[in-house]
Amino acid sequence: MSTRLARLAAIATAAGAFSGLFGVGGGTIIVPLLILWFGYGEREATGTSLAAIAIIAALAAVAHGLYGNVDAVNALLIGLPAIGGVLAGTALQQQIPERAVAGAFAALLVVSALVLVL
Amino acid sequence: MELSDLAGALAIGFAAGMAGGLVGVGGGVLMVPGLVIFLGESQLGAQATSLLAIVGVAAVGAWRQNGYGNLRLRDAVVIGALAPLGVLVGTVLANALSQRTLELSFAAVQIYFAYRLLRRATAPAAPPRAAKG
Repeated sequence: MSTRLARLAAIATAAGAFSGLFGVGGGTIIVPLLILWFGYGEREATGTSLAAIAIIAALAAVAHGLYGNVDAVNALLIGLPAIGGVLAGTALQQQIPERAVAGAFAALLVVSALVLVL
Repeated sequence: MELSDLAGALAIGFAAGMAGGLVGVGGGVLMVPGLVIFLGESQLGAQATSLLAIVGVAAVGAWRQNGYGNLRLRDAVVIGALAPLGVLVGTVLANALSQRTLELSFAAVQIYFAYRLLRRATAPAAPPRAAKG
């Protein structure tokens, strides 16, 4: 197995483990590792992370749906405005320096860590 | 449902999508508490429901980023396809370690990543890392 594939598998395993354990957290693993291990630019890392998350969330949503835990109406109520938000967020991200994206991401990591600890 | 709850759900949904677009996460960190507080879901129900909402957000965000030239689809598919392995690993870990140990470990990993990303972002005009081989 190539080093590249091994590293992608490690990212996938960590993202899956953390999202399974804490319900959230896939992106907070995928984005930094794509940057630190593969030298991705910040924007590329976030775009690629979103695509991976779409697949991971789809698989997990099907599994939860089989147990009857998914409320489709609530998912629409929170998901439709979120789609508006992601359109605005991705457009805004193209206008700011990649260093600012990295700074925002680091802030998110710190907040997320504090939420876990407290 | 109270009107204020509906407004709260819509607002936190928008904020979650905005955060997702900016930093490449699904936004579950905001959606899950939003679903609990404003739409009365249990923690488990909120996690499950947020996943369905995240599918749409992440797919639309990835589609837009592809338009901007910021998507490496092959790597994304490999990560997405192998992630279920991680869920199994997570289940094993959850049974081997206490919840508190897991929380503290994950928090430490996140702080370490924040440090590395900030150090990289503030390094003096570093060209792409490949230079050193």
